[in-house]
Amino acid sequence: MIAERFSALPKPAKVLLVLVLVLFIYALPLLRPPLITTDQIDFGGVMFTVAIFALIALGLNIVIGYAGLLDLGYVGFYATGAYSIGVLTSQHGSWPFFLTLPVAVAVTMVAGVILGAPTLRVRGDYLAIVTLGFGEIIRITAKNVDWLGAAAGIKDIPHPNNIGPAPELPFDKGGFFAIPRVEWNGLIPSLDHEHATHVLIFGATDAIPYYWVILTALILVIFGDRLIKASRIGRAWEATREDEDAAELMGVPTFKYKLMAFALGAAIGGLAGAFYASGQGGYINPDSFPLLYSMLFVAAVIVGGSGNRWGAIVGGVLVAYLPERFRDFADYRFLVFGLALMILAIWRPEGLLPPRRTKRAKAAAAEIEALEEGEIEPEEVQHA
Amino acid sequence: MPESRAVLEVDDVTIRFGGLTALDSVSFEIREGEILGLIGPNGAGKTTCFNVMTGVYQATSGQVRFDGRPLTKLKRHKITQLGIARTFQNIRLFKSMTVLENVMVGTDANSKVGFFDALFRLPRHRRTEAESLARAKEILEVVGIKARYDELASNLSYGDQRRLEIARAMATGPKLLCLDEPAAGFNPAEKQKLMELIRKVRDEGYTVLLIEHDMRLVMGVTDRIVVLEFGKKIAEGSPAEIRDNPAVIAAYLGVDEEDAS
Repeated sequence: MIAERFSALPKPAKVLLVLVLVLFIYALPLLRPPLITTDQIDFGGVMFTVAIFALIALGLNIVIGYAGLLDLGYVGFYATGAYSIGVLTSQHGSWPFFLTLPVAVAVTMVAGVILGAPTLRVRGDYLAIVTLGFGEIIRITAKNVDWLGAAAGIKDIPHPNNIGPAPELPFDKGGFFAIPRVEWNGLIPSLDHEHATHVLIFGATDAIPYYWVILTALILVIFGDRLIKASRIGRAWEATREDEDAAELMGVPTFKYKLMAFALGAAIGGLAGAFYASGQGGYINPDSFPLLYSMLFVAAVIVGGSGNRWGAIVGGVLVAYLPERFRDFADYRFLVFGLALMILAIWRPEGLLPPRRTKRAKAAAAEIEALEEGEIEPEEVQHA
Repeated sequence: MPESRAVLEVDDVTIRFGGLTALDSVSFEIREGEILGLIGPNGAGKTTCFNVMTGVYQATSGQVRFDGRPLTKLKRHKITQLGIARTFQNIRLFKSMTVLENVMVGTDANSKVGFFDALFRLPRHRRTEAESLARAKEILEVVGIKARYDELASNLSYGDQRRLEIARAMATGPKLLCLDEPAAGFNPAEKQKLMELIRKVRDEGYTVLLIEHDMRLVMGVTDRIVVLEFGKKIAEGSPAEIRDNPAVIAAYLGVDEEDAS
């Protein structure tokens, strides 16, 4: 197993390996490795979407994977974050992006609390239905409220502020320096200075700086997720997911922790939405947030492995990436994608990367089975 | 045993579910440091009594007081934080968590660590976490499953799962520990071990309320016994007194009241 080999390495080697991997992920849209790269649409743009989906899956994993709350309206929070940015930077104000970002996250978190406070008292299926409604309410509200741009949506959402010297078009593209991207001719790489990425200029022509920003956000959220999960809060979430009544009777204020999971998940969804809104296009409308997205987000978490943050991220990446990579299949791509999901559900029902626990429980079950069939000697297992 | 302070007082409690009176003017008290047995035939209202103490049900009339404080209208987790912990008749562990984590959920009941303490690993988090861990391991040692601390709760044997339930309840730092039929499904040898464990738990300084079917276990371990039948208290006293009480014998053997008296 890769994981076991990795944990056997000495600490400096581990750190180095992780750094190299992170660097590789940052450089991916510049390296444009053959096979992985999408040739029909801008690979940087695809990677941007992929990173957004990874962030969303990570956020939804807190709600579904940790706290066990099935949220089918997650797109509502994504939209709330996006619309907060739209309203504050374009529609009704001209705040700078990085100032608006925390506001958007806060607004979405409040939305999460407002939705969660009354609905988290219901359980299971009921919660799923209520949240499903929420996603639609947000979309329909945005469609009908002129203040939010109604059906036309919000245009001209400014890009994040450039970091580095401003571009002086048409010749100077600005930035501290430019990094050329790699062009592959078969397996022979060459540098393409025509399409260099200028650090750190956010413009309509190059999605890579956006990708870097959201990747950075993703990494920060991963750290936060780790710290929270490995604390009493993570334990309270899991206990609530496993048996809400028992958790309550063991002194866990379950409602408080469910609300916390919901609000945190919402905030992360809002963060992703905020990045999306100020991305390359700078345009959002109600149809940017269809109900289908909620399903895709849930699918990402479940496919990846609900309860395991790396699983959720992988799920998010796949759900965003596969349809783009296989654009060749044109109209069939969603069919293929759906089939892939079904096959996965049959062969790996606990997800691609199930939580460590699920794996351990399965190993124990296999051991018991082996014992029953007399394949191993019982003395190896005490207390059985 | 010398007369000591009452930890929990059940004062004239009646519970009705629609037309059914599950508990009918039941009063008794649990004194500090004792093991009180609550017994009665199936359907006598033992678990109902238990549930009203831990806040799962609200009494229709009457009052449950803990340390002199009425428990009416308190949230269930608040009651636990005040100092009443329980186990479940049908085991309800957090199955996909490890043994240690199960117990630590219990120790967390008194933790004041908040979101930001945890996110920024503030001193309060680190201190509390270290204390919880040490306490959890101590408790696992007491109940005798320390060696299996990293096992998933669902992978424990039945007996160890019962022990883990007791450990988890102890971890919440209760003054009163309520055990709901902890010996259900045990063979005589396991029951013997459980009796020893219950005594050990009492010696650790907990007051114990024991609901049990098995007469031998109850007689062997309790200091006092309260007997319920059809929601009414029919007897209260030391194990020896209860053993010879005709009403109790009647209740258990199903003899007509006239014959028994």
